[in-house]
Amino acid sequence: MQLHVSTGDGVPIYLQIANQVKYLVASGRLAPGDEIPPIRVLAHQLLVNPNTVARAYLELERDGLVHKRHGSGTYISGAGSPLARKERVKILSERVDALLAEARHLHVEPPELLRLIQERSQSIQPKEDK
Amino acid sequence: MTTSANIHAVEITGLSRKFGSKLALNQLSLQVRRGRVFGLVGANGAGKTTLIQHLLGRLKAQSGSVRVFGFDPVAEPVAVLGRTGYLSEHRDLPGWMRVDELLRYTKAFYPQWDPAYAEELRRQFGLDPRAKIKTLSRGENAKAGLLIALAYRPELLLLDEPSSGLDPVVRRDILEAIIRTVADEGRTVFFSSHLLEEVERVADDLAMMFNGQVVLAGTVDEVKENHHRLVLRFDSPQLSAPKVQGVLSLTGSGQEWTAICNGQREQAVAAAARAGGRVVAESSPSLDEIFVAWAGAESA
Repeated sequence: MQLHVSTGDGVPIYLQIANQVKYLVASGRLAPGDEIPPIRVLAHQLLVNPNTVARAYLELERDGLVHKRHGSGTYISGAGSPLARKERVKILSERVDALLAEARHLHVEPPELLRLIQERSQSIQPKEDK
Repeated sequence: MTTSANIHAVEITGLSRKFGSKLALNQLSLQVRRGRVFGLVGANGAGKTTLIQHLLGRLKAQSGSVRVFGFDPVAEPVAVLGRTGYLSEHRDLPGWMRVDELLRYTKAFYPQWDPAYAEELRRQFGLDPRAKIKTLSRGENAKAGLLIALAYRPELLLLDEPSSGLDPVVRRDILEAIIRTVADEGRTVFFSSHLLEEVERVADDLAMMFNGQVVLAGTVDEVKENHHRLVLRFDSPQLSAPKVQGVLSLTGSGQEWTAICNGQREQAVAAAARAGGRVVAESSPSLDEIFVAWAGAESA
């Protein structure tokens, strides 16, 4: 599991970790049942405080994305994230706004952008279905 | 030991210190919880090193009190220094000693010295046991200092500007040592730094110091979440920063200005509206921006 933490922006590190794990799951690079590294190992790898990693894992657990097995490690859950729909829409809306602004700046009209989204979606789909 | 000493590794209450007529520490209070990594940040001359000297008992409190694990460092130096590993900014190691001699020498002072751990660190840091201290590079010197601060597994690791003037590889070794110290044994780390990036990475808690006082303290996440960056737009170009009450800083030009505020978001938005500005974007500032905003507010 390769994650990258950046301290330049305002996003807290625990959220960066949680978001990247969510991304890895959504893109199929982490599959249900996969084990994610122990807190100490990831803290050492990313050079961040272990409590920060623990908080990220707790957040992921609350969101139902991972679960702990007693006396064992932390694993990606099968059901996927049961985040409230409102929450999901809110997260995505922010991304879409940024994307639209950038597209406008690059003179890409929304229909062309939609086509691009569909294209990209197809290119990451097969991995998820396997 | 008081109950508080069970919770706090360090407890400073109302500490003041004058050098001549200059007030270096001004009624300063702070607590460091056990098992946490605490980052002390402040501009040069804010009083960080003076504060650390008090923790080591090298300076006596002129007023207020200093407790480390419940002990007064001046009255009970053995109790405090025996539990504390210290790496100074100046790395004042005896230059004529060899690395192996330095280890033997330091070992004599600490019954709990762990030779296997010392050897492991020496190899990890790539220090030649037969090298004279004075021939070591700046980075190797820092590693040697860190080694002798770590090898008796102190309950409190005290680092004064540990990364100052070091290359990224050595800085990484130091950050790893901090993380390992808390992760593997649940001990306490207190470090001062002006590198906010490091503080954000490894600290649980932080305090910002300006002019001998702590102006802001909390967990790193709290501090980040409590501050807001508001981009304000005014109907007409502003020649100088508009007066907006309750914001720490306001920078920009023309019609758009960026405000940093602490908590009090609604009040800041209302104050901006009174000054003729409306919020057009909002985001979270980085620790660097928060620090710069406070530095400006404190020197104003």
